[in-house]
Amino acid sequence: MAGASGKDKLLTGIFWLAGIFIVLILAGIIGYVLFRGASSLSLDFILQPPSRAGRLGGISTTIVGTVYLTLLALLAAVPVGVGSAIYLEEYAHSRSRFAKLVNLTAETLAGIPSIVFGLFGFVFFVIFLGMGWSVLSGGLTMAIMILPTITRTAQEAILAVAGEYRENSLALGASRWQTVRRVILPSALPGIVTGIILSIGRAVGETAAIILTAGSSLGMPVSPMDPARTMSVHLYIMAMEGISTERAFGTACLIVVLIVIINYLANLSLSRLTKAMR
Amino acid sequence: MQPISKNLHRRGESWIEKGLAFCAALFVIVIAIITIFIFARGLPILLKVGVADFLFNTDWRPTSNSFGIGTMLVGSLVVTTASLLWAVPLGIMTAIFMAEVAPPRASRWLGALVELLAGIPSVVYGFVGLVLIVPFIRNYLGGNGLSVLAGAIILGIMILPTIINISRDAIRAVPKEYKEGSLALGATHYQSIRRVILPAARSGIITAVVLGMGRAIGETMAVVMVTGNSPIIPAGVLSPVRTMTSNIVLEMGYAAGDHQAALFATGVVLFVFIVILNLVVNMSLKAGAANGRR
Repeated sequence: MAGASGKDKLLTGIFWLAGIFIVLILAGIIGYVLFRGASSLSLDFILQPPSRAGRLGGISTTIVGTVYLTLLALLAAVPVGVGSAIYLEEYAHSRSRFAKLVNLTAETLAGIPSIVFGLFGFVFFVIFLGMGWSVLSGGLTMAIMILPTITRTAQEAILAVAGEYRENSLALGASRWQTVRRVILPSALPGIVTGIILSIGRAVGETAAIILTAGSSLGMPVSPMDPARTMSVHLYIMAMEGISTERAFGTACLIVVLIVIINYLANLSLSRLTKAMR
Repeated sequence: MQPISKNLHRRGESWIEKGLAFCAALFVIVIAIITIFIFARGLPILLKVGVADFLFNTDWRPTSNSFGIGTMLVGSLVVTTASLLWAVPLGIMTAIFMAEVAPPRASRWLGALVELLAGIPSVVYGFVGLVLIVPFIRNYLGGNGLSVLAGAIILGIMILPTIINISRDAIRAVPKEYKEGSLALGATHYQSIRRVILPAARSGIITAVVLGMGRAIGETMAVVMVTGNSPIIPAGVLSPVRTMTSNIVLEMGYAAGDHQAALFATGVVLFVFIVILNLVVNMSLKAGAANGRR
């Protein structure tokens, strides 16, 4: 008996080590980037445009490029994503062929590698629709990539709205759309916001698809038809071409800080959702 | 007045429903357009070269019209397999830890950290690999550091969240009675985990591994930054290697004509592979669900 408990203690120790190892990996990566990059971060780094291909100056144009592209992607993906979630959960029968087909395509879309999205965005938006390497091409490609996340989180949020709310509203004579707009959407909002926040994280970090669709121009993008470089693409080019390790660290540091904040916000809105459900 | 406004109202409702249905239909339309455009650009050259030749010929010299991605196919498989070798055991152990061993608070915290691990962009992983892992390998293990090993370490970290989350959910979904029954029969906690819980969660754990593999095969930026990208069949873990995805992102910038088409054909290969993986997972999930019901 004592032997068995000794073995159990050993196994417990091993499983704790696995968990601790995961924490160490994460802490190592984030800690290292913050430690090495923090000294490069300054107001000038954020507000000044890059010069001499990024050797000098800051990264302002790539921040604008990232924000611009992300906004365009959200503008296109949020209405479509939330709209299809409403349709799938409130209008379609979940066992209907159409709903099953849409759910299957959403899952497939979520699994496609970003480089394939990049190839598609290049041949479709850049070449076929003649948008060129631009914020618009990159934003629309990104929109397709975040669509599954937005729809899935919205679907889960809508599904979590208590059935009585729905039935009470319909029983009071409200139409289906009135019920959706006045009852379902307000309750599902935290879940929908979580999906949007997670999508922003994905858009900020995406590189392979953006480099093929938005280009890597360091100029300040003004019109949506202008080419742009995002922070992630900038980090890639700085690191791969050995342009400036110090500025690459600064860029990586800023990206990691953003991702940590985005994840914190997503958790916050999610816990608010679960609290509201209780 | 009343009936007319009601009628108008109803018409508005039906338009809204149609609009929402169109949003949902867009998923199907988008995936159709993606398939059509990637295949239209990549399939002709794939058929001209011949599928088998394209996949298994190791001669990639686009300038002299020789398009075989065999070297890159091997590269992708080697790096992916090497990453799975360590990430799968660690991932499943972590999943067991979270579902069965850790106190709920620790499990919740670890869950949040794993989400963060999943949220870090691949370009950041690639950068950390380039400035941290590559020099480490160069200094302590030999070679120039840009290697299969560096790729396998970084890729493994990147697929850990997929493996952990899906396995953990599968383990948690095992009915409590199974474990209670096993404990009641005198088995220890860990015997119950090994003999009862893991077998019951098998289909979910396999799903986790398959999806992790899909992610590893498709990953681009992190791999391109740490593997050196020499188009050779790697001789060992310290040898540089070029994957299919790296080949696309490295050469798309200047490729034209048949060369560009061959890169799209590589995209077709990736696309078909991932779609098949997804369908297999979908079917095995359904089979698993049917098993659970019985």
